[in-house]
Amino acid sequence: MKIIICLKQVPDTRNVRLDPKTNTMSREGVESIMNPYDRHALEEGVSLAAQYGGTVTALSMGPPQAAEMLKEAIACGADQGVLISDRAFAGADTLATTYTLANAVLALGAADLIICGKQAIDGDTAQVGPGLARRLDLAYASCISKIHEVRNDCLLARRMMDDGYDELEITLPALLTVVREINEPRIPSLKGKMNARKAVIKTFNAADIGADTALLGLAGSPTRVARVFAPEVRGERAMLEGTVIEQVKELAAKLEAII
Amino acid sequence: MLKIDEKLCIGCGVCEENCAFGAITVVDDLARVNDKCTLCGNCVDNCEVGALFIEEGEVVPKTDLAAYSGVWVYAEFRQGKIAPVVLELLGAGRGLADERGVKLSAVLLGHNLGDSARELIAQGCDEVLQIDNPALADFTDEPYANVLSTLIKQRRPEIVLAGATAIGRSFIPQVATVVGAGLTADCTELAIDEDGSLLQTRPAFGGNIMATIVCPDTRPQMATVRPMVMKALPPDPHRRGVVEDLKAEQFNLTSRVRVLSSVIAEPDKIRLAEADIVVAGGRGLESAKGFALLNELAEVMGGSVAASRAAVDAGWIDYPYQVGQTGKTVAPKLYICCGISGAIQHLVGMQSSETIIAINRDAAAPIFNVATYGIVADLFEILPLLIDELKGAK
Ligand SMILES: Cc1cc2nc3c(=O)[nH]c(=O)nc-3n(C[C@H](O)[C@H](O)[C@H](O)COP(=O)(O)OP(=O)(O)OC[C@H]3O[C@@H](n4cnc5c(N)ncnc54)[C@H](O)[C@@H]3O)c2cc1C
Ligand SMILES: Nc1ncnc2c1ncn2[C@@H]1O[C@H](COP(=O)(O)O)[C@@H](O)[C@H]1O
Repeated sequence: MKIIICLKQVPDTRNVRLDPKTNTMSREGVESIMNPYDRHALEEGVSLAAQYGGTVTALSMGPPQAAEMLKEAIACGADQGVLISDRAFAGADTLATTYTLANAVLALGAADLIICGKQAIDGDTAQVGPGLARRLDLAYASCISKIHEVRNDCLLARRMMDDGYDELEITLPALLTVVREINEPRIPSLKGKMNARKAVIKTFNAADIGADTALLGLAGSPTRVARVFAPEVRGERAMLEGTVIEQVKELAAKLEAII
Repeated sequence: MLKIDEKLCIGCGVCEENCAFGAITVVDDLARVNDKCTLCGNCVDNCEVGALFIEEGEVVPKTDLAAYSGVWVYAEFRQGKIAPVVLELLGAGRGLADERGVKLSAVLLGHNLGDSARELIAQGCDEVLQIDNPALADFTDEPYANVLSTLIKQRRPEIVLAGATAIGRSFIPQVATVVGAGLTADCTELAIDEDGSLLQTRPAFGGNIMATIVCPDTRPQMATVRPMVMKALPPDPHRRGVVEDLKAEQFNLTSRVRVLSSVIAEPDKIRLAEADIVVAGGRGLESAKGFALLNELAEVMGGSVAASRAAVDAGWIDYPYQVGQTGKTVAPKLYICCGISGAIQHLVGMQSSETIIAINRDAAAPIFNVATYGIVADLFEILPLLIDELKGAK
């Protein structure tokens, strides 16, 4: 089974802040990390390959330093890392990103299974997986929380829904996006780390994957960011005073008035 | 590409400080861009001397914008019911359509749709396009995406809205890909600007930043919208509208994914999004036992429980109860939070609640900035007393 995992390097959004007064972004302590959901995608690919036989390719579109993340993916069990990198990709929204990744997958000679994270924590769009599936004309399901079994021409999996879950039979080749519940990602083994150190990350540019520059990056993106600003918070804030008993009585009275 | 006008740049370093990606460094009093640049434009907005600009490459052939007209709402239908978010979208869509002076339509796909189209018209739309077909009984992405994208190509709406639900977030990106449209995920605010384009506002970077997105050169403008942020109109059973039954034969309804079974979680979990009273707990509850206390409070109040991500990650309560950026959005009459610090990612999921009550022993906790009433105290002291007090009142 040939498996491709799509991984994105993202700023650790836990530390990104916008100063509400000046509207400026502070990047103190913001480092680049592997998108947390993609870690689960990678783990699933690596364990499927171990169970059913196959190879795992870690694929990313991003700036040159994303090669480090791909080495980490190799340390976690991927067989090879492929980076698609070109200044022409800058400013890509999800439509241009799926175009680029689709060309990259075709250049790699297609796959039986492609796994993406549910969403990337920088944009939280969750659009690249479904868009890529469509471009490659693959069977698709999102938010997979369990892969029960892989058969010759299909796999059985569980999909999370808002009101519960669905059990699905998905024809192969397919593209899935996965949620955190699907597995517990492993930490790199010693052997994995050694593989990563020796690994050479293959890097391709726009021309290598036969991409039309008019469809890449900002030029190929229908969306534009018109404005960024700090989220507003409401500031009512009436603190209840007094002893614990007094506070509880006052609160209970307020609650009874509301209910 | 991000360009720097070397004549204007004074090397002040404001752009370097503001770049979340570490893509700019000032060398010899001149800003320099490296490969980490994502063209987010933040530096351009912040440069006081106007030395930075984004140079657009070749532009894709322009769409004839005037050929697109009308606002569409995807009317999600599952388990025999219209999803509540659809009514909210019709409320928002009505406003947008009136401002543009165009029709508001709903697209209803599924099987055994019954009277649902009437309900949609009562909620504000002028027209319902529907297909009632067994092939659409279960949700799978392919046929749903095929139908909606074919319809969009045929009829050219200028705006297409859908709920940011599991279903909407799954297949709407496929539709946008097929029709080559821009799509903004998880919007919390929609407006029309002077030239009639849709301003789509959404949280980004884990909720730390809000961004307004536009699609200046392409149509339709597509957005998924968070449940519980838009307001539904009061239903008007006398409203008139047109219901058009579409012929299923003109669409490709085959699917390479088959739903073998659907399991609906306990009704309690679904209730959370619609509950009038929500009692939420965070890390401050310290254990699953702490949640038992919370459950008791929810029970005396007739409310539903919810949790912060910290509590879900700790395993004290299941994910469907999580409120916030990566959980549910709720907007109940009353939201009581106990032992929740009020991280922005939690706030985005609950700050439209009518009344917010916060109990936290740290007076500096940011949750108090959004609280209507705040109590600085140990929740393990307050909650048992409060439960007794409320029980006594009954
Ligand atoms: C991309 C991203 C997405 C996220 N999505 C979400 C999301 O959807 N929802 C979400 O909730 N979070 C989300 N988070 C996490 C969020 O940033 C916070 O970490 C989380 O909300 C904190 O949960 P908490 O308030 O329960 O815990 P803490 O921040 O640890 O706060 C616990 C609070 O309890 C108080 N406390 C402790 N003991 C007591 C006591 N005995 N009595 C009274 N008060 C007490 C403390 O003073 C403290 O303020 C997300 C983060 C990221 C980066
Ligand atoms: N630049 C990229 N390179 C590789 N994979 C990506 C990239 N962007 C997004 N993805 C994949 O698509 C998923 C969803 O991303 P998003 O649509 O940006 O939220 C991620 O979890 C990744 O698996």
